[in-house]
Amino acid sequence: MFALAITASLLLSLILYALMGGADFGGGMWDLLAAGPRATRQRQLIAKSIAPIWEANHVWLILAVVVLFTGFPTGFAAMMTALNIPITGMLIGIVVRGSAFIFRNYDSRSEAVQRHWSLAFGATSILTPFLQGMILGALATGRIRVLNGLVTTGFFAGWLTLFALACGVLALGLFAFLAATYLTLDAKDQPDLQNDFRLRAIWSGVVLVPVGGVVFLTARQGAPEMFHGLTRWWAPLLFGATGLCGLGALGALWRRQFAAARVAAAGQVTLILVGWSLAQYPNLVTPDVTVANACAPDATLRLLVLALAAGALVLLPSLIYLFRLFKGNRRH
Amino acid sequence: MSDFFFARSQMAMSLAFHIVFAALGIGMPLLMVMAEAAYLRTGKPVYLELGKRWAKGTAILFAVGAVSGTVLAFELGLLWPGFMGKAGAIIGMPFSLEGFAFFTEAIFIGVYLYGRSRLPPLLHWLAGVVVAVSGILSGIFVVTANAWMNAPAGFRFVNGQFTDIDPVAAMFNRASFHEILHMTLAAFVATGFAVAAVHAFFLLRNPGSLFHRSALSLALAMACISIPLQILSGDLSAHAVGRLQPAKLAAMEALYRTQEGAPLLVGGLPDDATRTTDYALVIPHGLSLLLADDASARVAGLEEYPRKDWPNVRMVHWSFDLMVLSGFAMLALAGWSGWIWWRRPLVADHPWLLRALVAAGPLGFVAIEAGWVVTEVGRQPWIIYNVMRTEDAVTPMPGIAIPFFAFTLLYVFLALVVAGLLRRQFLEPAGAVSESSSV
Repeated sequence: MFALAITASLLLSLILYALMGGADFGGGMWDLLAAGPRATRQRQLIAKSIAPIWEANHVWLILAVVVLFTGFPTGFAAMMTALNIPITGMLIGIVVRGSAFIFRNYDSRSEAVQRHWSLAFGATSILTPFLQGMILGALATGRIRVLNGLVTTGFFAGWLTLFALACGVLALGLFAFLAATYLTLDAKDQPDLQNDFRLRAIWSGVVLVPVGGVVFLTARQGAPEMFHGLTRWWAPLLFGATGLCGLGALGALWRRQFAAARVAAAGQVTLILVGWSLAQYPNLVTPDVTVANACAPDATLRLLVLALAAGALVLLPSLIYLFRLFKGNRRH
Repeated sequence: MSDFFFARSQMAMSLAFHIVFAALGIGMPLLMVMAEAAYLRTGKPVYLELGKRWAKGTAILFAVGAVSGTVLAFELGLLWPGFMGKAGAIIGMPFSLEGFAFFTEAIFIGVYLYGRSRLPPLLHWLAGVVVAVSGILSGIFVVTANAWMNAPAGFRFVNGQFTDIDPVAAMFNRASFHEILHMTLAAFVATGFAVAAVHAFFLLRNPGSLFHRSALSLALAMACISIPLQILSGDLSAHAVGRLQPAKLAAMEALYRTQEGAPLLVGGLPDDATRTTDYALVIPHGLSLLLADDASARVAGLEEYPRKDWPNVRMVHWSFDLMVLSGFAMLALAGWSGWIWWRRPLVADHPWLLRALVAAGPLGFVAIEAGWVVTEVGRQPWIIYNVMRTEDAVTPMPGIAIPFFAFTLLYVFLALVVAGLLRRQFLEPAGAVSESSSV
């Protein structure tokens, strides 16, 4: 019961990380890919929309990891052992990305210096979410085996598979799509930029369709248990809803209804993560580590639920305040 | 060299790097809100300017602190899965609470840095207060987890398994209070002296600068109030370590033989083989007096414990002495500053004091690093004191040298860049501070 609540809050942290931190990564990708006569203004818009909120956006990951190691300590230990290499790579990406972003803001305005930091920021905005997608994918492959709490399959199992690679690409596509969609709203005073990001959002949204297809197809071989999960009774409903959200987002972008597009895009990403977790449940590391066999004793779980509830009472109003202050409709 | 060695080195290096940013992340927001409070009260533009300049420094330091902290959260599992797999359920709680405190800090630092033009002044200042308070809370929760490793509580350890887990008892372990007090004060001491040194440096070049005079007085106030309290809390900590971890205390004092009327040894060359410490400055009965207020009190030496349970005595003893020495040097400097302030309130016109303050700038951080060496190396060979040995917790992953060198290079590079950027923030002529939201 408590374990289920902790699992749900883990999923919620991951979803919010994807919706907020993920869009930040996407912003970095569009920074790297900024092109054309408005490239500089595109970069400025991205920096301006990310700057006040990026620190907060990335704490979702910290929250997810502390909840994971408190609630599922042995699962955490197994993941950190089996996926040591991609996780280390992801951390280097996080460090370089965050530092490059803040350095770019405060370092000299000279063109060359700015270009270096931009490049570091953009490149790690691709590397980091790609590895995150791979890591999540690897957990579902069934190739990481754990016996008595010890990983028996070494340090390369799971994450170097086609399925995990496809998951990495999917993460990139989703975050790029989210970011471009959000940026259309942030550009509401600059119609030319708004259209740039509208087109980028539409393109990346269209590209998501074949990428999602590849993930699904590679899952048959690469993550059989998850594939099996995705053929259960609720799967068609979920696929349908996800598809509707995706189509809705594209349609809204096409018709320049950007606020609606944002909601639909966020809905799409949320449903994908919900579907992923339903197909994965009750496994944390398929097939040996499950919610039931990896969870902490009840005394810990009960307290953790309490702490999460109390924390949310502080966190949510603060977060809403932050976003209203910087993303609200007020003109500045 | 073994993977175990590199795992320990990577952890030590990551902590040593992060602690600088963590301490500044506790101290700087307080300075920032002090300056802004002074502005709100007096209306003097120099304080507004100062608040903005310090806020910029805080932004840079906070970002690097946040990412290096994220690394540590993962490294707990990447390097010590044997520890986290067993202990996560017991000490995950303070980390979770820290997660929320840090989250609050990250939210309000965004509000503070970018909301100046969107908020009424008082609300803006309050956002800064929230940053300062949640920064202190984050530190408190993390130190609680470390305290548990030194004074484990809240479980029964039966046949290699932890049972009867009580996370609340684990948080309120017997080392929590003194470690929290000592580390929180350390953050204020180190930030205060470091910032005072920066502004003292500029005052030596430009004695008339109102900006640097105001900055110096605020930073020095923080430093001079916190250092005497810190010395007292150090005394409290030493007593607590003597009770909870007598082997660590013996290593700190390089005391091999159990003695009645134990001397206080300063410096010297501890030798595990002969179990003696030569060339030390010996204060007869000093240790017994300090620990028990009794010149003939009995103090346990390292010989009471199996050789395999000793920490690295030289490293612990010398680090301890370095920390204490730095602390007393700062106390003396605070006394001098206070004396001059008392006589005539113009510390800024006293070039020799300014030079001494510049020289003392790094001392707070020297003390913090040395103090953590005492705490962490002094706990060895245990990762959970008297329960789990560090070597039993390490990852089976081979080739740990690679991430160790990768992170070391990365952190050295970041440190250089941050130093350069901070230098630029303070070299910009006064008045050139622009609103952050115009980025």
